[in-house]
Amino acid sequence: MRDNMRGAAAIVGIGELKPERTRPGRDAMSLLAEAAYLAIQDAGLTKADIDGMILEEGMTPTGSGYNPKMAEYMGIYPTFATGCDAQGAAGVTMALQAAAYINAGLCDYVLCGMSAAIDGSRPRRPAGPGHTETATSEFSAPFGPTVGANGWYAMIAKRYEKLYGATVEKRAKISVDLRYNANHNPMAIWHDVPITVDDVVNSRIVADPLHLLECVMPCAGACAFIVTRADIARGMRHKPAYVLGGANGVSRSNLTHVGEITISPVGRAARKAFAMSGYGPSDVQVMEIYDSFTVMCELEESGFCPKGTAGDWVQEHDLTFKGDKPLNTHGGQLSYGQASTAGGCAQVTEAVRQIRRDAGEHQVPGPTDLVYVTGSGGTFSQQSALLLASGAAL
Amino acid sequence: MATTSEYKKPLPTPSHVSQPFWDAAKEHRLTYQRCTACGTRVFYPRDVCPGPECFGVGTLEWVESSGKGWVYASSISYQPAHPAFAGDVPYVLAIIELDEGVRMHTNVVGIDPKEVEIGMRVEVVWDDVTPEFSLPKFRPIQK
Repeated sequence: MRDNMRGAAAIVGIGELKPERTRPGRDAMSLLAEAAYLAIQDAGLTKADIDGMILEEGMTPTGSGYNPKMAEYMGIYPTFATGCDAQGAAGVTMALQAAAYINAGLCDYVLCGMSAAIDGSRPRRPAGPGHTETATSEFSAPFGPTVGANGWYAMIAKRYEKLYGATVEKRAKISVDLRYNANHNPMAIWHDVPITVDDVVNSRIVADPLHLLECVMPCAGACAFIVTRADIARGMRHKPAYVLGGANGVSRSNLTHVGEITISPVGRAARKAFAMSGYGPSDVQVMEIYDSFTVMCELEESGFCPKGTAGDWVQEHDLTFKGDKPLNTHGGQLSYGQASTAGGCAQVTEAVRQIRRDAGEHQVPGPTDLVYVTGSGGTFSQQSALLLASGAAL
Repeated sequence: MATTSEYKKPLPTPSHVSQPFWDAAKEHRLTYQRCTACGTRVFYPRDVCPGPECFGVGTLEWVESSGKGWVYASSISYQPAHPAFAGDVPYVLAIIELDEGVRMHTNVVGIDPKEVEIGMRVEVVWDDVTPEFSLPKFRPIQK
């Protein structure tokens, strides 16, 4: 591998809006602008400093040219801007894109972010067929849609059960530990509601074998962050979170057509991310693994436990922020809240918070110098992996 | 059979490349594509061959499947996201791997949803939903 961009850039500003069931009267552009303003201020920068932009509209694009639309809307005029069509993997992928742009000298201060609007005053668009036409939708929509991605992830979970035997009783531990984290994060949508393994097992089945408390809930929200050059970052107001390496493993668009569905594409991304960083899975101190439903496949593909053993592995470890294997310390998509594809950005900002050590009540007590972050788009369609580090692990 | 205006569920939206599939379906023939250059078997229909070493454009020809295969993955939907399916829950969504090696997203019918198992042998059964469209669904092969 060519000398890579390891440590060339760092995340120095974060901003996010608390996920809510609805945000009446707020559209996606206004939510994203608010999060972006928070991130720029958090970094101690001005709008005029922002010379790079990677903003993505998400699930319901209204046309092309989203970056100029947002530039005009916010009054921020960069000299380099692109989108990031990586679905739920976009948060992590944007951080990598930004680091690459910075390392190439294209820009110095890159604003990244996404949002999701749910107004609540209008009926939500029908999930399932009709709203997205892809090459494969005419061969899936007529056979009955699934609620969001539930049916697809249910097929993965059921096949995983068949191959490796881990049922809801084992998967439930993930939901419960993540909820514990959310119960200590005032920004989490499920902050006030604790759950038990019995609650998960006894919640209604949405798509067999997945129960309600194993499924993400659509939220409105927004999340943004600022990436800059490492030498600039060192003089800024917050402890930098350095980008050590990463990749985006691209697989299939529709789960049906390619490969073994219990193998998630984050494995290819993780191997490259670890190789770039010089670290391995055993060095990781905090995991922020995008939890579209269960993360068992992702734990295995990322190298934290052998294939087929995640069901037992999660029983043997404490995944809470106080535990030996802290996972999704903000509560994860399951319990922090999934603002559609913008949810992936919150995995990144939480990692930054842990590295800065200003996560408050849900701060991991042990070292947080090396954090592994992933994003997941579609149904195991594309997954990205990112290693973020404090100066101590650089 | 419902008339097209009575049928409320999503219907296929054939393209130039998929129309032959739906034409054959009307005759209750299950078809897929095979590359004349490299032999790769392909579903869903495409203009180009996705074979690992193939750059074929327009090399895919239609061939008929035996209609037999097995359940690669399945799930029972208890909650319809589309109102037209409200009367069908619980229904089985499945990925069927045909004996020819291609996979299809479809329903398993003619069996209690809870009895559907990964690995189960199935065969195509046609659901003539409108005068224009017959949908390939699958049922267990009777031993």
